[in-house]
Amino acid sequence: MITFSQTGSTGLLRIEGEMTIYNAAALKPELLGALAQSSALEVDLSRVIEIDAAGVQLLILAKKEALEAGRTLTLIQHSEPVLSAFELMGLVGWFNDPVVLTTADQRPAHGSH
Amino acid sequence: MDHIDIVLPLYIAESRELLEEMERLLLNLDQDDTPADSLNAIFRAAHTIKGSAGIFALHDIVQFTHSVESLLDKLREGEIALSQDLTSLLLECRDHIGLLIDRLETKADLPAAAIEHGQQLQLQLQAAEQPATQGLIATPAKDQATRTEKVERDAGVLVQSDNWHISVRFHPDSLRNGMDPLAILRYLASLGTIVNITPLFDALPPANRMDPETCYLGFEINFNSRADKSAIEGVFEFVREDSLVQILPPSSHIDDYLDMIHRLPEEDLQLGEILVQCGSLTRNELDRALNIQSDLKDQSIEQPLGRIVVEHQLTAQPVVESAIEKQAQVRESKSKEMQSVRVDADKLDELINLVGELMIAGAGSTLCAQAHGDGAMIESMSVLTRLVEQVRDAALKMRMVQIGATFNRFQRVVRDVSRELGKEIDLVITGADTELDKTVVEKIGDPLMHLVRNSMDHGIEPADKRLANGKPAKGTLRLNAYHDSGTIVIEVSDDGAGLNHERILAKAIEKGLVPAGATLTIEDIYQLIFEPGFSTAATVTKLSGRGVGMDVVKRNITALRGSVDVQSTFGEGATFRIRLPLTLAIIDGFLVEVEQSSFVVPLDMVLECVELTAPPQNGNSEQSYLDLRGEVLPFIRLRQLFSMGGQPPRRENIVVVNYLGCKVGLAVDKLAGEFQTVIKPLGSIFSHVKGISGSTVLGNGEVALILDVPGLVHKVMASTHADKSARTEATRSLVDARQT
Repeated sequence: MITFSQTGSTGLLRIEGEMTIYNAAALKPELLGALAQSSALEVDLSRVIEIDAAGVQLLILAKKEALEAGRTLTLIQHSEPVLSAFELMGLVGWFNDPVVLTTADQRPAHGSH
Repeated sequence: MDHIDIVLPLYIAESRELLEEMERLLLNLDQDDTPADSLNAIFRAAHTIKGSAGIFALHDIVQFTHSVESLLDKLREGEIALSQDLTSLLLECRDHIGLLIDRLETKADLPAAAIEHGQQLQLQLQAAEQPATQGLIATPAKDQATRTEKVERDAGVLVQSDNWHISVRFHPDSLRNGMDPLAILRYLASLGTIVNITPLFDALPPANRMDPETCYLGFEINFNSRADKSAIEGVFEFVREDSLVQILPPSSHIDDYLDMIHRLPEEDLQLGEILVQCGSLTRNELDRALNIQSDLKDQSIEQPLGRIVVEHQLTAQPVVESAIEKQAQVRESKSKEMQSVRVDADKLDELINLVGELMIAGAGSTLCAQAHGDGAMIESMSVLTRLVEQVRDAALKMRMVQIGATFNRFQRVVRDVSRELGKEIDLVITGADTELDKTVVEKIGDPLMHLVRNSMDHGIEPADKRLANGKPAKGTLRLNAYHDSGTIVIEVSDDGAGLNHERILAKAIEKGLVPAGATLTIEDIYQLIFEPGFSTAATVTKLSGRGVGMDVVKRNITALRGSVDVQSTFGEGATFRIRLPLTLAIIDGFLVEVEQSSFVVPLDMVLECVELTAPPQNGNSEQSYLDLRGEVLPFIRLRQLFSMGGQPPRRENIVVVNYLGCKVGLAVDKLAGEFQTVIKPLGSIFSHVKGISGSTVLGNGEVALILDVPGLVHKVMASTHADKSARTEATRSLVDARQT
């Protein structure tokens, strides 16, 4: 499920559930549509429970499009599956978004707040 | 270094295989129809040994093998003609490489004599190369297409990285086919550490043309792992066919990297940078490769990058082709390697030991089930027993190897020895695919060597003598192997002079081995040559004739529970026949009981069982005779033989055993049926006990002794021969008994 909200020219897209080959075709227009409407778009990934290469590829596409169009695309609140996929594919640095480290010793401190 | 210690034994094993191959090819060079193919193969073997030695920084091997290799190269280019002397020189060089490799294992320093020999060989190699080298100097050095210098590809340009480099470009349909690159990476990560990964999505088109279900991804991965190549390849098994997957092992050649770069869709320069980023190539290594590339661009020669290094080092086209051919060969042998697994012999022994224990435990359970009389239980135990038997057979089969490799070693021996003796001898090998236990194979080499040398030295006559006797000048030595009722038979035969039994007897009397005037059968006389200190050769040669050998042969073979005999026709040749059990670990046995003790007779020697009904002809003595369907059968009473005391039951049983065509009966109290037996050797304090060859544990935990049937048969036959009159007496009384 996708929810899109806008404050001024800044958009917030929240993706929930899967980002996989099964819904990639449906996700693509939503993602690009939201990007086209906002000069700066934040994509909240906290509720992505599963992601595969097709999903990652879509995020790459969106980031590339944003760079070319001179817009800002920021991925926020990466869920654990997303982060582990990025790490595995060596993409954390390429997206260059602030990520919350999910290593074991950091998690309790984060949760206590 | 730890890593080296793990792979060095592999290098040693591989090199030995290559050396063996080299030897085989060299020996066949004279009669080869296509010597060019063989020379190529020999060259490749030397090349591989040298290349791998480079990886381990074994400079002495690299240096020496390089000299050999450059001579081989000239040979296969036809710059030097092949000759007998050159083949011999190459064989000697092969031995020297073998020596250098052996030293890696023992970690001992090379003896000074060997070092000197190596230097001499190198000088000889250089001398052999001489005419061709002069020809080369005359070649104009400017001409790129002509070779000016031999390329040193392997030793110098290895990439330093200790990690694997994996390059993968997924096929556009990968995702649609259900292959998730992410899952593949995850699997890869489980085999080791992804040190560095660079994602590549240059193929990703603009948004309007991008199909979200098409895969546009690729990765360059620097991967650290102890896994072997096949395991890593396995990760990509399902995408290999259509995706572009390239896996470079640690310390690959730099041109392998260049080849890989060339095959990838991206710009060479960008890829080079990525490889540096990944840590797979150092900046220096990349620069070197790129410099070569730009140099060539300056000369406006457009060359595929993958071949640049080779071209630049002024290698002629055929060498490039051979390099490619070599790669194909390596690939081929790699895929062959995947079909077989090297297993530590100790592990195999442990497995067989466990299977043995399993059989003992199974036998125990079967006894238990039978005691309970539970039908279902007995039924299921019999299924289990059958399975355990199959496991046993399969486990034993793993240890079976073909005898061919052992036989082939003698090609060289025959060649060398016949040269030394000035005789022309052909070696004919048959039955090379006969299989036998690996431990037996290992131990049979020395006895066979003695027999082969003996046949060549004493058996086959010099050519003039052969011609005078109406034989072809060329002698023939045959090695043959076949299976015969649970044993393997190995024959060494020659068409030489054969054994002169009169001379053997005279010699034996002279040496005091037999009392003068003794009458012996021809077989007995032949057996004398296996006595310690016996040798009939008039002259002592370097090879044999020192009176050591034949008795050692016999002792070694007897230690393997085997036997050796000889058949000969004077003037026509001799055949030495070695008989060995197929395996040393497990036998099918026949369980018998005397008093309270159990004994096991190897089943393949049991002919039949009969009841001993008639009262024994000559009382209760240890040995006696009975009438087996009109045949005189000597038999031996185990009760008396092992001094067990007690009273024999009213009806004794006779187990008729057969060994080497001799039938002998063993009188026992009770027959207890077939039984699978794991042979446990007896301790050394029992080694003097005659008639027992080992022990085993029964299902009920009791110990049963395994009867040494060959020994018993020998004992019975010996006393029968010694006391011929007793035998005739027995026959007569038998006849009398039947007539009355």
